[in-house]
Amino acid sequence: MALKRTPLYDAHRRAGAKMVEFAGWEMPVQYRGVIKEHLAVRGKAGLFDVSHMGEIEVRGAGALEFCQRLTANDVARLQIFQAQYNFLLNPQGGVIDDVIIYRVKPEAYFICVNASNIDKDFAWLASHATADVEVENQSAMYAQLALQGPAAEAILQLLTAQPLAALKSFHFAFADVAAIRCMVARTGYTGEAGFELYCHGDAAEGLWNGLMQAGEPHGLVAVGLGARDTLRLEKAYPLYGHELDDMTTPLEAGLDWVVKLAKPEFFGRDILLRQKQRGVARKLVGLEALAPGIPRAEYGVFKDGVKVGAVTSGTKSPSLDKSIALAYVESGAAALDNRLDVEIRGRMIPVKIVSLPFYRR
Amino acid sequence: MEFPEGLKYSKEHEWVLVEGTSATIGITEFAQEELGDIVFVELPEVGEKIVKDDPFGAVESVKAVSDIYAPVSGEVLETNEILPDNPETINDDPYGDGWMVRVELSDIDDLKDLMDADEYAEYVAQQKEDDDEEDEDEDEDDDEEEEDEKDDDDK
Repeated sequence: MALKRTPLYDAHRRAGAKMVEFAGWEMPVQYRGVIKEHLAVRGKAGLFDVSHMGEIEVRGAGALEFCQRLTANDVARLQIFQAQYNFLLNPQGGVIDDVIIYRVKPEAYFICVNASNIDKDFAWLASHATADVEVENQSAMYAQLALQGPAAEAILQLLTAQPLAALKSFHFAFADVAAIRCMVARTGYTGEAGFELYCHGDAAEGLWNGLMQAGEPHGLVAVGLGARDTLRLEKAYPLYGHELDDMTTPLEAGLDWVVKLAKPEFFGRDILLRQKQRGVARKLVGLEALAPGIPRAEYGVFKDGVKVGAVTSGTKSPSLDKSIALAYVESGAAALDNRLDVEIRGRMIPVKIVSLPFYRR
Repeated sequence: MEFPEGLKYSKEHEWVLVEGTSATIGITEFAQEELGDIVFVELPEVGEKIVKDDPFGAVESVKAVSDIYAPVSGEVLETNEILPDNPETINDDPYGDGWMVRVELSDIDDLKDLMDADEYAEYVAQQKEDDDEEDEDEDEDDDEEEEDEKDDDDK
């Protein structure tokens, strides 16, 4: 089966990227090295092609009510040009996807979804659409670039008349960047200041080249999915398919702040309400290795030789130079500072539960 | 890319330097380049026996774990003690300071299955060519691809 490619595929190959399969897409995993790229984003700025991600538009008189019923966060709080982290939940309270919802017009919302979930999300949303709501999958039309790092604002400001200092976190604007029409959002997945830019796929290469040329003197580098993963993991941001899935609730993932149980009705609310009252059976925790070794996804977590959970993501943190991991463990074993073991290729490596995020600026 | 003369090479991209009945083992420049930044190395203990074609250790990049397969059988005489604290040495100097273990060969015939530098250079070139051909195949399929199935994870 042929892999999908973003409009920037040729540009990545020319830039010497190593390409890998990711969620059905052929994507750059690195250009000059994961650690270099990671540290560039923490220190200066990085540019990511994340055009594999999906975009679904919801429009109509019933759009707000529809979004309220299908998601866990309170969409009614969104002003126009404001964005929100949110979940699509199934009736069991499991996460169909974690998304960002942008209110683009009084009765129009733009939902950015994970590449691996585009078809599933669209089918779920479309099957619940009422007569006064139109749901459209626009994923093929949009490209998305992420410009992240402490120098991101200064670089982007070179290419746009839009005053960026006035653009607050989780707000966005429609603006020309390098003479290309974009939706510019102050959002990201790295823990650094930065922006996510949506444009038409045909304009993606112009936008990429414009940003790279303007940014290179300021330390901007192209960054692949390898560093995207280590950056998000240091901040303990969940990755769908690892920390979140259809069988996992947001409360188990410790993302209670996203779930607004005061909302009258939404898919999964009853189960989440019960879970909130009784407590969760397992919790997502942060682990730091106390001996050499790197806990990886699916490795078992043990307390006194008894399995109490499993790792969901793990890496050697480039910023902290420590092995870090996220894991689901039984609530009884999930207290901060608890000593546990992770089985790494047949050997038990001691770890400690630490507070999240792993990395703070 | 370098393929030093005088070394033997395996299909799993390890090199072997034979001196009498001992063999020093490491991974090739091609292998370290494929792996990317190496951040952790797991090696056997001195005295352990490694078995040809079985994994005897692992190297980890930021992103993934890769087994290292023994190109020959033998007993471990020595491991490279700088690697635990400086695993990036393998990236910097795969054929020199980045060596991994030295073993006492248990069967000299194991060496017959290994390639010399020219054969290995050709083997690597062939692997790269195969990769490019895959790309070309995909180009031909481009028109047909529409909504493919997706895997489980992403962001």
